[in-house]
Amino acid sequence: MSVLAADGEPLIRWNWIGDHSDELTTLTLHHLKLALLPILFGLIVAIPLGIMCVRWRWLYPPTLGVANVFYGIPSLALFMLFIPYFGIGSGGQADFTIILPLTLFSLSVLVPNVVDGLRSVPEPVRQAATAMGFGTLRRLVQVELPIAVPVIIAGARVAAVASISLVSVGVLIGNGGLGQLFIDGYSRDFTTPIIVSCVLIIVLALFSDGVLVTAQRLLTPWARTRRSNG
Amino acid sequence: MIRFDGVTKRYPDGTVAVDDLTLEIPSGQITVFVGPSGCGKTTSLRMINRMIEPTAGTISIDGEDIRKKDASDLRRGIGYVIQHAGLFPHRTIIDNIATVPYLLGWDKKKARATALELMERVGLDTKMAKRYPFQLSGGQQQRVGVARALAADPPVMLMDEPFSAVDPIVRNSLQDEFLRLQSEVRKTIAFVTHDIDEAVKLGHRIAVFQVGGVLAQHATPDELLTNPAEGFVTEFLGGEKGLKRLRFNRELDATEEPAQPEIEDDVEAAER
Amino acid sequence: MNLTDQINAAWNWLTASAHWSGSDGIPHRLLEHLGYSALALVIAAVIALPLGALVGHTGRGGFLVVSFANLARAVPTLGLLLLVVTVTSIGLTPVIIPLIALAMPPILVNTYEGIRGVDADIKDAAEGMGMKGPGVLLKAEIPVAMPLILLGLRTAAIQVVATATIAAYAGIGGLGRYIVDGLSRKDYPSVVGGSVLVVLLAVIVQVAFIGLRRALVSPGLRGSSRTS
Repeated sequence: MSVLAADGEPLIRWNWIGDHSDELTTLTLHHLKLALLPILFGLIVAIPLGIMCVRWRWLYPPTLGVANVFYGIPSLALFMLFIPYFGIGSGGQADFTIILPLTLFSLSVLVPNVVDGLRSVPEPVRQAATAMGFGTLRRLVQVELPIAVPVIIAGARVAAVASISLVSVGVLIGNGGLGQLFIDGYSRDFTTPIIVSCVLIIVLALFSDGVLVTAQRLLTPWARTRRSNG
Repeated sequence: MIRFDGVTKRYPDGTVAVDDLTLEIPSGQITVFVGPSGCGKTTSLRMINRMIEPTAGTISIDGEDIRKKDASDLRRGIGYVIQHAGLFPHRTIIDNIATVPYLLGWDKKKARATALELMERVGLDTKMAKRYPFQLSGGQQQRVGVARALAADPPVMLMDEPFSAVDPIVRNSLQDEFLRLQSEVRKTIAFVTHDIDEAVKLGHRIAVFQVGGVLAQHATPDELLTNPAEGFVTEFLGGEKGLKRLRFNRELDATEEPAQPEIEDDVEAAER
Repeated sequence: MNLTDQINAAWNWLTASAHWSGSDGIPHRLLEHLGYSALALVIAAVIALPLGALVGHTGRGGFLVVSFANLARAVPTLGLLLLVVTVTSIGLTPVIIPLIALAMPPILVNTYEGIRGVDADIKDAAEGMGMKGPGVLLKAEIPVAMPLILLGLRTAAIQVVATATIAAYAGIGGLGRYIVDGLSRKDYPSVVGGSVLVVLLAVIVQVAFIGLRRALVSPGLRGSSRTS
């Protein structure tokens, strides 16, 4: 099957979508799993790490330095590093070859945002909480983290969109969710699967973004008019 | 002389900010616009340098309709001081003060010499010339704002609550120095405040505005205190009790020695 | 193969003299990589900087710009590359287009947010002193927004440098050759070595931007951001 114009092959063959709906559903769900588990793991690590960086200031510059280095590593290269540990392929343990590198990527966005969010808590608020007898932990959970939520979620939004896009690179080592269709299309000179998977990835990204925006609105009803500064 | 002639500002949503204002601001004197928020005093001020365009009526300076000039050219000939000074954070103090001379295409050397001279006039140590705004106290920043407005020696100055963001002690010293400075430079000044004490202290003439952009009374401070218009103006001046206090303060000011320029806020900043 | 073995293998690969000469040598690949990255970044900046500045200055179209940028961020770069290659052919253009798409959102959004976020008092004072629109933009808004503008350029530059590895998929050079060819030959030292070079390049970009910040951001702004 050769390139369009030459033999009148259209950019998109609509019937292909219907014929492959089962495959598309499976790939989409797997894509979501590969992309969003890293954000969940990232938050689980970034929140305590961010808290520590705020508590012990000296910890932040080296942490930020490491995070920036991760940000500059080509995602494919990072996937490669994990192959020896979790193997190659799709599903099961091999998924961690994709999930863990993406978790590291998400940290490079999430940690600075957790730190910025916690630092955005106005000093008078912190002092008032202490003066009213909040202990360190209670103040953190009930006062500081809620105030930091908009900035943390702003980071999670950036990380989620990037993660959903980056999963597709995993196809080069045999596990890329919807990215699978890039290679299918590319190797057959057939644009439909490439376009369909690109569109699905964009839709997934926008959908996750919408979910996070809604989550933020629900979590911070007091901040609805304030713009987040992430 | 600045003259408002039947000037109205109505916004597209129907709000009337200034309603048929006719008013004269005499040359070489300070005219204070005072009133509660939403009374149109700032809108009136900002129409003089065409930051806001009136819906109806004309404003003229020395008999010439301000619409005849290009807005930017007009503004370069009018000093403008605002509440938080609005200094350029990326420029040194001396370059902040020289902003308008640079815009007018002055030679850089001349502009800087003028700026240094003005720093002294407004009571700033010239050692601060190369500092940046964030290194100055609020009172010092406000002095820079005044110096900047004076830099090209404009005959007219517009001042929008220039002293209201600083603490009372600094404000008092800024007011005293402003009066001293004005006795030397004799600019035509329109000055907006919501503080009646400031209005009485600084104004040769006071225009009291009420909500809806209506000029309630326009008089000298003494006339205003002895003969306030019934209703809104009397109430705004604080009723009989408030009037008594204002009259008392005014007599005190009149008998007092001219205030010495205060240096407190400089000392405070030097310690930083 | 554990981590130590990987590091050793990569070290041996990087220090092998055979890898330092010829058209598949590290210096040549590095220059190619920098070339594609710089070209994409410059084109993206030429489009996004004026657009972001204009929208931030006028305040019109901000919603459109942010929505467009969010959409563009979601576009998978590899998919776009393979699509462009399939539709056109192998070469420089299919590499540059996805990289431009990658670089534009951070530049656009940061420039827009930076200019829009300039304190209203500063803009009011600038206009009140008789600056015209372009004067306000060039003499007040852009210098004040410069830290954010540079941040956007830096983010874009790092992403482009890291992602330019995909150039290898469009059949042309750059450091991506070591990664992609290594992958197909199962030559892991080449993959890791190539990756290390890309990371080094990203670090160099970071350092370059520290220098740019020194040169372009007024000390008056650096000070205020430090104390606040």
